[in-house]
Amino acid sequence: MGPKAEGADGVSRREFASVAAAAAAGFLLTACGPRRLQEMPREQLLRAIREMERTYAERYGTGVTVSDAGPQPGVEFAYALDISRCIGCRQCVYACVEENNQSRDPQVHWIRVLSMNQEEGVDFAHADPYYQPDQVPEEGRFYVPVQCQQCRNAPCTKVCPTKATWTEPDGIVVIDYDWCIGCRYCMSACPYGARHFNWSEPSIPEGELNPKTHYLGNRPRPRGVVEKCTFCIQRTRAGGYPACVEVCPVGARKFGNILDPESEIRYILENKRVLVLKKELNTVPRFFYFYAT
Amino acid sequence: MKTVHLFARFVTGSVRLILRGNNLYWAWVAFLVILIGSGALAYAHQVHTGLVVTAMRDQVSWGFYIGNFTFLVGVAAAAVVLVIPAYVYDWKPIREIVVYGELMAISAIVMCLLFVLVDIGRPERFWHLLPPLGRLNFPQSILAWDVVVLNVYLLINFAVVTHILYRAFSGRHYDTRVVIPLALLSIPMAVSIHTVTAFLYNGLPARPYWNSSIMAVQFLASAFSSGPAILLIALQLLRRFTRFDIQQDAIDKIAELMAYAIFLNLFLHGTEVFKEFYSNAEHVFHANYWWWGLEGHRTLVPFAWTALTLNLGAFILFIVPKWRRNWVTLNIGCLATYAGCYIEKGMGLIIPGLTPDTLGEIYEYFPTMTELRVAAGVFAIGFLLFTLMLKIAVAISQGEFGDQAVVEPNGAPDGPLPEPSALPGH
Amino acid sequence: MKLTLAAVIASGMVATSMLSACAQAPTAPPGAEASEASEASQAPEGSQAAEASPVKAPGQRIEVPPPPLSDGVFPCSFCHNEDLPPNRTRRPLVEMHGDLVLAHDVAGRLWCVDCHDATDYDSLHLAGGEKVSFDESYRLCGQCHGRNIRDWTAGVHGRRTGQWNGEKAYLLCASCHSAHDVRFKSVTPMPAPVPPTRAAK
Repeated sequence: MGPKAEGADGVSRREFASVAAAAAAGFLLTACGPRRLQEMPREQLLRAIREMERTYAERYGTGVTVSDAGPQPGVEFAYALDISRCIGCRQCVYACVEENNQSRDPQVHWIRVLSMNQEEGVDFAHADPYYQPDQVPEEGRFYVPVQCQQCRNAPCTKVCPTKATWTEPDGIVVIDYDWCIGCRYCMSACPYGARHFNWSEPSIPEGELNPKTHYLGNRPRPRGVVEKCTFCIQRTRAGGYPACVEVCPVGARKFGNILDPESEIRYILENKRVLVLKKELNTVPRFFYFYAT
Repeated sequence: MKTVHLFARFVTGSVRLILRGNNLYWAWVAFLVILIGSGALAYAHQVHTGLVVTAMRDQVSWGFYIGNFTFLVGVAAAAVVLVIPAYVYDWKPIREIVVYGELMAISAIVMCLLFVLVDIGRPERFWHLLPPLGRLNFPQSILAWDVVVLNVYLLINFAVVTHILYRAFSGRHYDTRVVIPLALLSIPMAVSIHTVTAFLYNGLPARPYWNSSIMAVQFLASAFSSGPAILLIALQLLRRFTRFDIQQDAIDKIAELMAYAIFLNLFLHGTEVFKEFYSNAEHVFHANYWWWGLEGHRTLVPFAWTALTLNLGAFILFIVPKWRRNWVTLNIGCLATYAGCYIEKGMGLIIPGLTPDTLGEIYEYFPTMTELRVAAGVFAIGFLLFTLMLKIAVAISQGEFGDQAVVEPNGAPDGPLPEPSALPGH
Repeated sequence: MKLTLAAVIASGMVATSMLSACAQAPTAPPGAEASEASEASQAPEGSQAAEASPVKAPGQRIEVPPPPLSDGVFPCSFCHNEDLPPNRTRRPLVEMHGDLVLAHDVAGRLWCVDCHDATDYDSLHLAGGEKVSFDESYRLCGQCHGRNIRDWTAGVHGRRTGQWNGEKAYLLCASCHSAHDVRFKSVTPMPAPVPPTRAAK
């Protein structure tokens, strides 16, 4: 064997070659390997979505569709909830569970209705989510449902170490369930308790799956990842209202495009007394609360 | 070719070294291996069923694992208590033992990374954090910063230690052009790992208990109180059970520095307590939950007062020079400060910050048996790694394990000893 | 004389307030699909998508589902015809409609013919006397409930279904609010969430 070809700092040609080969392999893997959904080129995304549909069809038996609908231009969603009307019936909670394929056992609820004391006003320290009286509304109480506020200045997207959660151009904060590593930093960062974790395998009873899904929304989630309200992205990007808006029996929930001056949302912002939760945290929610009366 | 042979000798020699020891050594190793086995089984259960086997829930989404991670980052940073006197002040007594501080740092960082791995919901996706295959949300996410600084710190320490020891093994002096810059770099890196870890909590306005400016300083103070404690105990054990002669001056100096750190730690806790209770704003309920309990929920209260007692006791033992120099009180103090900081930096930081949760709900978290077993397993891995590395490092620095020296079964070195100038500390 | 003058002024005022109540904003073509009516407040199915601006012109007819009339009472003229002269006296109803609870307002000011047209029971009437059909009963409610009719026309009052970027689907006031016994009844809430426990499933 001849003398080793050493450079001045002791790196042999062989060592250099092996490092270069590893770098090339890494580059190839990066280019062709698994990626975040947000970065995939369109054709690759569509292939991934078709793959999702196949997997879900195998697992759930029904014809599950996964929509790839993107954000519409000129649209930024906003939500308004009338806390002078909410009676705390929790219809929204369960409509959401069914629409968005949340796990029944372990129980995941994206909406949490807090019962508060009228004399003390909006005060989380004394709120009760576990009220179960015979009849609602209860004397002296009012109800504040809380779900993801889709903040403009979202603390959760800021802290995610892998960019698995981000804000879409139409304002919805979404999660890539195949990229999330389940570190739960976003859950610590969220001031509204809006993000939920799949602590074990989610389960949806047979026949209760909603087969119309969106790849960033209500498609069945794996265990070990975070999920939350997505303003029913599968409905709203197709022009519909979120399930909670439609089911509310007292019409307390309003939704629309804040960029449209004729929308209900703009009417509310211009004509009603509007507040946001924990305003001092500067999260700038897209979810407003108002008093219609 | 010669390099490969030398390296092979190093590896085989190391393996022989760690397989040789007295009964106490084997009892210790066996104990650690049992803990590792138990931890592995518990972790397998967790992977099979999901994180639901822990006590963490949506309301308290971080718990024992992240608490241990936070504490151990501090222990890793504490190596700097040795590095500064050794390399900045070129103080000989500590210069001889700085390598052991760096070995502790390596073991601690490995434990930190393992704790993160057992905590995340999809451990097989951890590579999502590592560029170029993954996506690191740098510089926006403080967790991304933590990934960077922890790994850089690990690499620096690993590079310095392996360079020094391997050179000593092969009978050559270490290259100061490699070691000095890296060692000096490890000083701001040590500060940065704990500062960044503090910022993880500090930067969340959603959690007012954590959203306090003194976090980074307080983390460093508790790190320098608790990390060197383990080191002092390890060094005294080495002095007892090997022929390694550690100067008493080195131990005294470390203990003295710890005294200042313990004071600072207590002082900063005092400032936190003042701010919470004097301001008496609504979010004092986090501090109330820790110290007094809330609405009948008192799980953590005994831990709060125990930690305070331990830290105060340690402070008293360390602040009196006579007691610092007495090996009984010194070691009691070391254990006290280690345990005290472990409690208040582990459970005492994470759980009260998350209880009550953002919507005012109180869920009382306390680790399950699975969590305790997994955590014990991770600690055992770290301690085992430290033990084995120490065994090799001490043997090298004693000249018992080197290229020119082959250790005989009776322990006497065979062949010429390496030049004294080749060893660290000279 | 004085009475006539008062009546003229009163109807003038009522007409003005009605016109201003309806003076919302400009045009939209009618054409939202009416959906199934129901007596209880259930969600109608979604309406058609994306037409032009959904905002209503003043006085413009708003498409609503058919009014939720009780079975067997319409057409009222089946009984209330020439054979049954109108009796405008306030009294408890005994022979028919005695099962109705009239609790429209707390002070009990309103009574049947304040809304029902005594000369033509198949219609309702506004305060000025103008007849409105049951399909347009929102105009009647809107006379007094000004804020609500404004909000309702803008799509903000009442349950929202359909398309956010298309025609608003309106429900009649009476679809949710009983005109006679107005206050919503309490309901049983759906189950509370399960509190977290340490026990693994």
